[in-house]
Amino acid sequence: MATPSGLQLPREDLLRAYRMMCDIRAFEDRVHEEFATGTIPGFVHLYAGEEASATGFMMHLGNKDYIASTHRGHGHCIAKGCDIKAMMKEIYGRRDGLCGGKGGSMHIADLDKGMMGANGIVGGGPPLICGAALSAKTLKTGGVAIAFVGDGGSNQGTTLESYNLAKVWDLPAVFVVEDNRYAESTASVWSVGGSQLKRAEGFGLPGRKVDGQDFFAVYEAAQEAIERARGGGGPSLVHVETYRYYGHFEGDAITYRTPEETDEVRAQRDCLNLFRERVTAAGVLDAAQIDEIEAQAKALVDEAVAEAVAAAPPGEQDLMTDVYVAY
Amino acid sequence: MSRKTYRQAINEALAQEMRRDPTVVFMGEDNVGGMGAPGEDDAWGGVLGVTKGLMPEFGRERCLDTPISESAFIGAAVGAAATGLRPVAELMFVDFMGVCLDQIFNQAAKFRYMFGGKAVTPVVIRTMYGAGFRAASQHSQCLYPIFTHIPGLKVVMPSSPYEAKGLMIQAIRDDDPVIFLEHKVLYDDEEEVPDDPYTLPFGEANLTREGNDVTLVTLGRMVKFCNEVADKLEGDGIRCSVIDLRTTSPLDEDTILENAEETGRVVIVDESNPRCNIATDISALIAQNAFDALKAPIKMVTAPHTPPPFAPELEDLYIPDQAKIEAAVREVAAH
Ligand SMILES: Cc1ncc(C[n+]2csc(CCOP(=O)(O)OP(=O)(O)O)c2C)c(N)n1
Ligand SMILES: [Mg+2]
Repeated sequence: MATPSGLQLPREDLLRAYRMMCDIRAFEDRVHEEFATGTIPGFVHLYAGEEASATGFMMHLGNKDYIASTHRGHGHCIAKGCDIKAMMKEIYGRRDGLCGGKGGSMHIADLDKGMMGANGIVGGGPPLICGAALSAKTLKTGGVAIAFVGDGGSNQGTTLESYNLAKVWDLPAVFVVEDNRYAESTASVWSVGGSQLKRAEGFGLPGRKVDGQDFFAVYEAAQEAIERARGGGGPSLVHVETYRYYGHFEGDAITYRTPEETDEVRAQRDCLNLFRERVTAAGVLDAAQIDEIEAQAKALVDEAVAEAVAAAPPGEQDLMTDVYVAY
Repeated sequence: MSRKTYRQAINEALAQEMRRDPTVVFMGEDNVGGMGAPGEDDAWGGVLGVTKGLMPEFGRERCLDTPISESAFIGAAVGAAATGLRPVAELMFVDFMGVCLDQIFNQAAKFRYMFGGKAVTPVVIRTMYGAGFRAASQHSQCLYPIFTHIPGLKVVMPSSPYEAKGLMIQAIRDDDPVIFLEHKVLYDDEEEVPDDPYTLPFGEANLTREGNDVTLVTLGRMVKFCNEVADKLEGDGIRCSVIDLRTTSPLDEDTILENAEETGRVVIVDESNPRCNIATDISALIAQNAFDALKAPIKMVTAPHTPPPFAPELEDLYIPDQAKIEAAVREVAAH
């Protein structure tokens, strides 16, 4: 299969990809800061460091394609096109948040955008994605469905059962294992028996491992898996090796890994820096364009926070609504 | 005696039982933490630190971390219990019961009966429940009525640090499968707790307040709220009994009925959703057995029939609080 080198992407695609990654980074860095001030309620899991993974996949998807995310969902949401201001309001628990303030960080969803939700249940997504892929196949929408799971989530029975179901039903599905080395404080080198690729192979799924810090590598692997699914070639798996910069959740003391380890990835393998270096060295984008995108992302997030802080919370009239469909 | 938090009380119960009985082991996700990782070894002690500090004394062989595979490790705890160990397995949040429920209700709960009395399954499943953490719909539920529904399970809900230690030691020594529900908002509550091991019996409710006017039947975190309301209303001349159920299965029917007959006015305070919950169960018990003694309709104070909402303003409305309990007590008292 022809896999175009990422650098040959049209300029507007490169700009779009970098904007996605910058939006995610700016969003997560800012949520991290705001959480520390005590203004954001609940459990918050940040995606900073892993931006190239969501972006590399979502660049190939449209609104008829579905994804299921995890508890670490902000990056997937942004890349899938969820409104950033409405997301921020949701994280603050506001009435005009993306889910009316009823979901919060762990449950951001926008079905119109093909985003089936962040998920509070590890392993909750893969079966749902088999369902979305079944709909696409049955209704002949041409869509594909992608489940993102963590290294920890890859050990959940629901995930492994979904590999098999997707295979025997020949579904247009892709399973993306985002291996950021840890599940809470537990290292994936300990928790994952065998290997992600051998597991895929065991179920008859083609599998591919990629450097998740390299947008272009993810982009190509994603393209191969998504084109296969879309073309009727069935499900497959991509093992993305990546890294999260912040703690498991905001408030984690992160004693199970060393600061040096994190510093090293940030300094040498940061996905935004690598992208920037690649495109500027090749002369396809210039530094000014890149700086402008970064500044725009920060400005957008500034506005999102200001609006979220000022927005109204839901009230008593909202408590009992939407338990069921209203007729 | 010394002041201990709910968290410390549970930790101490585990430590003392592990010292006493080498067959006691515990397991769960990040219950020790740092497995395979380059940093601190006893890194987490569970998501809220309940089991922290035990591994250095008892070793990784008895303090087991698990992959995120609840069906497998909760089931393994059940299987180990049936074959010689006394495992204490942690289901991090009770909301995750859906992932592993078969191993609990079709396996653990039924072995003894199905096998004609030949099996014992002394497993304890520790799990965190309840609203108040802004943790949204999939991390804030109660769900204990579902366990209570199932014959063969014992369901324990400590309301304070003292209760937690005594009930945990009892749970570990008990030969039946026990679901031990820890309210996440109570972990930092502190009170005097004996240093030596002690047990509190299952199926014996605890009368935390005595009064002749209104009976409050309650459990878990709500006990604290009911005590506060009872103390406040005493000043207004409304004297309440507060019954802390301690266990919903077995249920101390005698204490509930005796007290209800005495006051004739009953408010049941249950944090769970209102259909088929503990409050409906106890209402039915009282209506069937103490109908003639009732001077007012039984009132229930529960969460509404919705998932727990995320926004703090909505979650506060969702949780049965002191104001709602007080209003209910005043209403039955005035009837
Ligand atoms: C069924 C279930 N079990 C446990 C948890 C608690 N939990 C939330 S995130 C997490 C770790 C997930 O690790 P991984 O899948 O690697 O994703 P990451 O956090 O690294 O993105 C755990 C154990 C949960 N939410 N759901
Ligand atoms: Mg992980």
